[in-house]
Amino acid sequence: MQLDLLVTKFQDKDEKAFETLYNMYSDSMHGVIYNIVRDHDIAQEVMQDVFIKAWNNASTYSSKKGRFFTWILNIARNAAIDQTRSKNFKKAKQNLNSDFFVDIIESNESLDNQTDAIGIKGFVSKLAAKCKEVIELIYFKGYTQKEASETLEMPIGTIKTRNRKCISELRNMLEV
Amino acid sequence: MDIKEYIASGILELYVAGTLSEEESKEVYRLTLKHPEVLDEVLKIEAAIVKLTAAASPSDSKLLYPSIKEKITTDTTKVIPLDTKPNKQWFTYVSWAASIVFAAGFLWFANDNSQLKEQIRIADIDKELLEVQIEKGNSSLTEAKKLISVLRDKDIIAVPLAGQAVAPEAYAKVFWDKKSNSIVLDVQGLPEPPKGKVYQVWSLKLNPLTPTSLGVIADFNTDENKLFTIENANASEAFGITLEPEGGSESPTLEQLYTLGAVAATP
Repeated sequence: MQLDLLVTKFQDKDEKAFETLYNMYSDSMHGVIYNIVRDHDIAQEVMQDVFIKAWNNASTYSSKKGRFFTWILNIARNAAIDQTRSKNFKKAKQNLNSDFFVDIIESNESLDNQTDAIGIKGFVSKLAAKCKEVIELIYFKGYTQKEASETLEMPIGTIKTRNRKCISELRNMLEV
Repeated sequence: MDIKEYIASGILELYVAGTLSEEESKEVYRLTLKHPEVLDEVLKIEAAIVKLTAAASPSDSKLLYPSIKEKITTDTTKVIPLDTKPNKQWFTYVSWAASIVFAAGFLWFANDNSQLKEQIRIADIDKELLEVQIEKGNSSLTEAKKLISVLRDKDIIAVPLAGQAVAPEAYAKVFWDKKSNSIVLDVQGLPEPPKGKVYQVWSLKLNPLTPTSLGVIADFNTDENKLFTIENANASEAFGITLEPEGGSESPTLEQLYTLGAVAATP
C-alpha cells in the first residue's frame, strides 16, 4: 500500500517521502496545535518542531503500535501541551479563552479556499454540544476514554458510542 | 468475534485518536491485517479526522516546509570524523574503568528506579483520592449554584423560620417557588436530631390552624449542604419544623416545635 511504502521510505530517511507525509498531515497537526496554544507564531513553531522531532525519531515508529497519523498526532499534542506549561507561555497567555475547535473552524478564513471548507463549516455549526465536547477531548486534546468520561460526567461506554456517532455524522458530511 | 459489532463499538475511532492502550492498539492492528473491512473503516475514520483537524489550521502549513527541510538536511550531513590512530593499551584501561563506572551507575539507577516506581504508585493513589474529593466538591458546588439561582429568582418567596421554645437558637429558611410548587429548605441552623428522631416539615393554614405534612428529612445527618427540595402544592400561610419519632407523625407534636415562620402576605 502506498502509505506504508511512504512511511518505510521516511524511516529510511528519504526526504521526498517525508515531504509527502508532511503535506498530508501538516495542516492537521497545525490545527491541533493551534487549538491548544491559541497563538499563531507559537503554533507554527511547535508544528515545525513536531515534524523535525518525527524525522529525528523516525526509527521509533512501528505500525504495530498504531497509525502513522496517530503517532505524529500524539507527538503534536504532547509538544503543544508542553508548550502551554512553559513559564513564558503562562505569562503571555493568562486568559486563554475556552472556545472549542468549533469556533476556530467556524471563523477560519484561510479555510475558504479548501475543497471541503463548506462541508466542514456546515458540519461543525450543526454539531450537537455533546459531540463538540467529545471530539474536542478525544481528538484535539488526546483524552483517554476514562479522562473524557470523568470530565464530561458520562459513563465510559457512552463516550465510545457517542464518539462513534459524532464521527459518523462527520463522515456523512464529508462522504468518506 | 463479530466484526460488525466490533466496528460498531466505536473502538476504531479511539484507535485513530491514539487513546487506546498499547495492548488494545496492537489488537486493532492485528484485526486490520485479518479483516479488510476493519482496515477500510480505520482508513475512512482517519481520512475524516485528518480533514476535520486540518480545518482548524490557522494558515497554509505547506509554506513552512522549506525551513524544516533546511534543518533536517543540515542535521544529517554533520559527520564527526573518527580518530583512527591506534593506541590499544590506553584504550583497554579506559574501557575497564568505563565498564566499572557503568556497572556502578547501573546499580544506582536500578535502585533509584524502584524508588521512583514506588513514588509513582503513591502519587497515583493520592491522585485517585483527590479525584474523589473533586467529585464531591463538584456535586456540592452544583447544589450551591442551585441555591444561588433560587435566591436570585424574583418569583421566589423567602420565609425565615425562627427558633421556638424548645430550641431558641435554631433557625431555618424556606424558599418557596410557587410556579414549580416546590420549596427549598435550608436547615443549616438546626441541631442534629437525636437518635430515633427525625425532623418533619409542615405547611400550615392559620385560621383555623391546619397542618399538612410535607414529609420528614430522613437524611439530615448525611447531607452536607443541609438543603432539601420538597414538593409543596399547598396554599401555605406558614411553615414549621417539629421533631418527631422516626417515620414521622400524623400531626405535629407542638411541644417539639423547633422553628416556625409565617409567609408574608403578598400584595
